[in-house]
Amino acid sequence: MESTKSKYVSKLVNELKPSGIRRFFDLAAGMEGVISLGVGEPDFVTPWHVRESAINSLEQGYTSYTPNAGLLELRQEIAYYMKNQFNVEYSPKEEIIVTVGASSAIDIAMRTILDPGDEVIVVEPCFVAYVPMVELAGGVAVQVQASKENDFKIQPDQLEAVITDKTKAIMLCSPNNPTGTMLSKHELEEIANLAKKYDLLIIADEIYAELAYDEEYTSMAAIEGMKERTILVSGFSKGFAMTGWRLGFVCSPPEISNAMLKVHQYALMCASTMAQYAAIEALKNGRPEVDEMIKSYRRRRNYIVQSFNEIGLECHNPGGAFYAFPSIKSTGLSSQEFAEQLLLKEGVAVVPGDVFGESGEGHIRCSYATSLEQLQEAIKRIKHFIENL
Amino acid sequence: MKLTAKEMEIVEILEKDSRVAVEDIAKMVALSVEETKESIKRLEENKVIVKYISIVDWTKVEEHPGVRAMIDVKVTPKRGVGFDDIAERIYRFDEVNSVYLMSGTYDLSVIVEAKSMNEVANFVSQKLSTLDSVLSTTTHFILKKYKHDGIIFEPDNKDKRIVVSP
Repeated sequence: MESTKSKYVSKLVNELKPSGIRRFFDLAAGMEGVISLGVGEPDFVTPWHVRESAINSLEQGYTSYTPNAGLLELRQEIAYYMKNQFNVEYSPKEEIIVTVGASSAIDIAMRTILDPGDEVIVVEPCFVAYVPMVELAGGVAVQVQASKENDFKIQPDQLEAVITDKTKAIMLCSPNNPTGTMLSKHELEEIANLAKKYDLLIIADEIYAELAYDEEYTSMAAIEGMKERTILVSGFSKGFAMTGWRLGFVCSPPEISNAMLKVHQYALMCASTMAQYAAIEALKNGRPEVDEMIKSYRRRRNYIVQSFNEIGLECHNPGGAFYAFPSIKSTGLSSQEFAEQLLLKEGVAVVPGDVFGESGEGHIRCSYATSLEQLQEAIKRIKHFIENL
Repeated sequence: MKLTAKEMEIVEILEKDSRVAVEDIAKMVALSVEETKESIKRLEENKVIVKYISIVDWTKVEEHPGVRAMIDVKVTPKRGVGFDDIAERIYRFDEVNSVYLMSGTYDLSVIVEAKSMNEVANFVSQKLSTLDSVLSTTTHFILKKYKHDGIIFEPDNKDKRIVVSP
């Protein structure tokens, strides 16, 4: 779909760039026999007992609205979960809102905290929606580039260099989409110190928190003194394999949470009721499946990272999520050229790194949330592609 | 045998698919190929890995005459050996695929594989029922296998995800 401008559409939206992923979707969607490493979601279907509890909620006739912030029982389960899994305590009644995916959580966070012209520092490469969501909320996205030399970990001095008196917040995502990079406790503390020094909020997108493979995950809100200045965004999509349910949540201090709830209640009313019942089941009884999925991703991560390095695409070891982000600079192609030719010649779909921001150029995002057989075949084809350039 | 974390991983991988190449297993568990081979050998020698077999859907094979029956058997246990003696008498028959001691209304669950219903009937009437300790038998024939040992026979493996997503 070409981006066209209309006089009936606002300047802001007319100016908004369409997502670069769209083009690849259109290209790949029409082709037969494509192996896709372009998918940003788990290859697991939601565990049956979770699906079954949604079916049960329908059978029981739970088809009406829930409270704006979500079912209290679900918020209570989220509070236990955050305490047990990530060691952060949130009050179910005051500090947790159930949202329509983590995306809507980020959206309401931006709309709640930003005045026109306020700046949000967005660390790149990043999820394609951050910058547009800042802009749609009237803010200015100030993009800083995490570089390959630092394994795509943003350095505190890079952040400090762009802080102005308009800076309101830093948008962080760890483990990161698209790089898979996870920040350590120490690295989070350094960023936290900046937030404290300049009185900034951190919007922490922790949607991939479950998928940490080497080190124990540290939540930004678990860093001392950070709970009061963190808007923690998470959800069920990645860890619990529930992308299509569109269910996320956001935890923040009561005064921010109350304000966000205003936006949420007018914009969305509440998240889907049956999805909320499913999520209660996922939190109560889903741990064994989540642990199995983590193991399975870890194995595939090990496999794909080593394989990329073997075929000459240098790839850092990503600590989390389900993305490998190998460099394709050795081929002399841009990431767009590489991805497009690879798709057309070998039928392997990957996402060019530049769609996640400038510093993603020279890389491709490869999701390893696909079967081992598919990964093996994809590596074979990519090897063949490079050898015949 | 106490397994290391890596050995546990290897067993889990092989239990799902015994044909994954050693090289690929090595990558997945982050060991060298040599170390992985050593581990697998150790697992085999210690009979943690007992055997590599295939799960076959015989119904796919045209004119394959196999039938499978589950037989509920009531028996009289013997002093000193309980059910073990009679269980052994039963599992030694080649036709018998599995024998389980059960709680509930009967004692032994016997799974029998044979070429035809007739053959199963003969086994039950000639061999099983005539054993002294056997009080009664109830035979159930399996009509269709949907799932066996955790494997779904005709799974819906279609990837329902869109090809590229953010």
